[in-house]
Amino acid sequence: MDTTTKPDLMPGTDGTKAPAAADKTVQTLDEHIVEIVSDSGEGAQKCGQSFAAIAARMGNGIWTVEIIPAEIQPPARSIEGASGNRIRVGANYVTNGGDETDLVVALNEQVLLGRVRTGELKPGCTILLENKWRDDRDEEIVASYTQTHDELVQAGFRVYEIPMEEECLRLVPDPKRGKNMFVLGILCNIHSFELQMARDQIAFIFGNKSQAVIDANIELLEAGHDWAECNLDFKYRIPATKASEPQIVVNGNTALALGVLASGMQVCAMYPITPATSASHYLSDIFEKVGGIVHQAEDEIAACAFAIGASYSGSCALTITSGPGYSLKQEAIGLAVMGEIPLVVVDVQRGGPSTGQPTKAEQGDLLFACFGGHGDGPKVVMAAASIEDCFYSMITARKIAETFNMVVVVLTDANLATAQQPFKRPDFSEDWIAPALDQSALPEAARPYDWDETTGIARRFIPGQPDGMHCLTGLAHDRDSAVAYDPLINQEGMERRSLKLATLQKTLTTPTVYGDPEGELLVIGWGSSKGAIEEAVDRVRQDGHKVSSLHLTFLQPLPSGLKEILHGFKSVMTVENSWSDDPASEIIDEDNRRYSNLAWLLRARYLVDIDCWSEVKGQPLKPGTVARVITEHLQ
Amino acid sequence: MSTPATERLLKSNDENFTIDDFKSNMPRWCTGCGNNAILTALQRLCRDEKLPREKTVFVSGIGCSSRFPHYMNTYGFHGLHGRALPIAEGIKMARPDLHVFVNTGDGDCCSIGTAHWIHAIRYNMNMTVLMHDNHLYGLTKKQASPTSPQGLQSNTTPRGTFLEPLNPLSVTLGITNASFVAQAVDWNPESLFEIISRAYRHKGFSFVRILQRCPEYVPTMFDHWMNHPDKTLLLTHENGMQVSPSLAATYKNQETHDPLNLDRAREIASMTEQVPVGILFHDPEATRYDDIRDPDRPISPETIRSALDSEFDKFTVWPEQ
Repeated sequence: MDTTTKPDLMPGTDGTKAPAAADKTVQTLDEHIVEIVSDSGEGAQKCGQSFAAIAARMGNGIWTVEIIPAEIQPPARSIEGASGNRIRVGANYVTNGGDETDLVVALNEQVLLGRVRTGELKPGCTILLENKWRDDRDEEIVASYTQTHDELVQAGFRVYEIPMEEECLRLVPDPKRGKNMFVLGILCNIHSFELQMARDQIAFIFGNKSQAVIDANIELLEAGHDWAECNLDFKYRIPATKASEPQIVVNGNTALALGVLASGMQVCAMYPITPATSASHYLSDIFEKVGGIVHQAEDEIAACAFAIGASYSGSCALTITSGPGYSLKQEAIGLAVMGEIPLVVVDVQRGGPSTGQPTKAEQGDLLFACFGGHGDGPKVVMAAASIEDCFYSMITARKIAETFNMVVVVLTDANLATAQQPFKRPDFSEDWIAPALDQSALPEAARPYDWDETTGIARRFIPGQPDGMHCLTGLAHDRDSAVAYDPLINQEGMERRSLKLATLQKTLTTPTVYGDPEGELLVIGWGSSKGAIEEAVDRVRQDGHKVSSLHLTFLQPLPSGLKEILHGFKSVMTVENSWSDDPASEIIDEDNRRYSNLAWLLRARYLVDIDCWSEVKGQPLKPGTVARVITEHLQ
Repeated sequence: MSTPATERLLKSNDENFTIDDFKSNMPRWCTGCGNNAILTALQRLCRDEKLPREKTVFVSGIGCSSRFPHYMNTYGFHGLHGRALPIAEGIKMARPDLHVFVNTGDGDCCSIGTAHWIHAIRYNMNMTVLMHDNHLYGLTKKQASPTSPQGLQSNTTPRGTFLEPLNPLSVTLGITNASFVAQAVDWNPESLFEIISRAYRHKGFSFVRILQRCPEYVPTMFDHWMNHPDKTLLLTHENGMQVSPSLAATYKNQETHDPLNLDRAREIASMTEQVPVGILFHDPEATRYDDIRDPDRPISPETIRSALDSEFDKFTVWPEQ
């Protein structure tokens, strides 16, 4: 979009209509990144989500990113208290949150400052700023507002001061509630969205409220829309292609909970932890409809143990957590590995170590997921790369868990958890769920760990099955589940449990390279960064570079064929949202450099000198950043 | 106990068991270990209650007492130190049809698993919990436990333990929604069996603390109680433990205690000069988490399809017609 011309600031706030409106032209854009920030509790989240949903209804591609402060009620008008939502709206399918913001709506100048200082706004970005602070009774606030405003203008931002409070006061006594819908109206006008779609969206989100509430919000929406039409001198249109198939618009945690429902799993045991818990909130609301239960346990360990107990007795169960909770569950996960109890564990990753950054995106748990816990504990590790993946990964995870009697760890992260992206509405298949519980008598002389020589898989005995009585134990055990005192028995048990992972590996297909199978550089990623990496690869290919990318869903075991892919490129690097030492640092060299998770894993397995780039800024990777990294790597 | 004739007739075709049916591997406890007596009592209970072996699960943690499930010819789950209770809760929640027993020790229950113990009492799910209390850690070779008497010399407290012991009975009775609390001693088979039978028949979380001898590390720990029957206080009541004339003749120190009387139960729990044996508290009406949360809708492909579709409808963007 054109940011070179700096329009005049809006005329006074006396309610007169600006002449600018008459001759405004509608500019067509390929995409637009919009955000709205406010103090907590002012409804910026709801406004942003609604704007995204309307865009999706219009047929635009969207990806939303939540802007969340760490506290529930941070101090008002504070830089770190910014709460809101960023929405990337595109003419085509959008796979990630994109780069810096084009247009921001801020309900005070302090929350805006936080966004400016972290470099989240594009140079020359349009700012729509609530102007009530200019006339505040507190002189300090007036001074702060005026100074910030002037600095932003000087820095080249297009600042529009908007009398949001004043306009809303015409309609409601307390504009703190409702201003967000006025803003939604402004945004719909700017983006030429159909007003009826916005009205429908309001009716949907306030569906459980009275008609009076819905009408009041629609009135605010229309007021914002009219105000923008009369007072703003710009307007955009982002061409939309309406999908030919029904799409659902949800965030990753909601998709995950829907996936749990679709998988036929019956028990989810959890303990509250950010950013995983919203999946359990939603599941708690819907699970009982299908006879499932969400059990909020007394702690993370109990949640995992409860799930193991349920799964042992025939109801495949899962536990949903985030990093610190995943740490606490390690011992119990080891028990499930040893006892060969199917179990699905979801780790919605956040910044670590320790309490780290609870609300921020990071993907630092990969090696931990693969190798956490004492002793050798072969388990499956897979990662969702999109919102749609969050849904289907639950069905896949359950299938693998029950086919192989294994623990399946599914990694998502704070980025996927809160981001919204439409995907094709799934069509339920009975194959997704497991057959009815087998309670038939076992043949005489059947053994609870009668491991297959080749695959390591043994038929699972479920309590209630006659003639299957045995004592499952976390101790090393033989084929009868008797405690192993013979060293050869331990050797055999370890081998059989490991073989199951190899057996699964034989069923995996080689992932497809994004781009040419040969070239200068292959970028490898996993998890939520897929969209950003592929978009970055597209950009550098347009610059004439022979770059491709590869995205891994199965991290343990790794599928066959990767070595051949790696050898098709002059160099290989991973791009990850986790820690790695910068080789340019003074004392970092090949003897002490710590690589990012996936790079460690691939270097160890394939003996290829794989480089890595990573950052831990708590934000999803931006395609622009990745493109710059790739370009630098090529030089 | 007498059974009505019709009921006897109906049961005449039932499978009858012997104690041998419930025996599995030869126990590897030390000679004279009190766990042997508890094992025999449980095998007898399973026989007398005619529990189908495949429908019965013994869940345990880690420690000497937690080897218990290996010696029962039922399903067993010998899991993690301190975590028997949440595993048992998961089993019971998924499978209300199974008879669930938990074997746990004083270290397992009152130290590493304390959080689970407290919450399990409150959940009040239908299971029978046997807390084998020998007042020390045995399997790791003699360390003090939370229930060790003050001054006990152990490998981690060579000059004696420092603090007064934790009282598992008064702790349990202090938790909201406690429904069955009893104390038994391994050296009196009759009352042990009677108490465990009562515990099993209670629909809810039955907590039985069993004072259990460890001849290897603290051989004289319970001599004071064993050698002076007058120091044992038998709790009897028409709604509690009933004792035979021979038992009553040996243990003359008795109290008629109504198990619904929580205040008196707490006083009895706190006694230090005598050891109460019997049922301290029993509230058959206490709310059961497994009862409330028992899903009343069966899982079927149809219910899943219809639930999914109605959820998808909330989030669907339909193509233009």
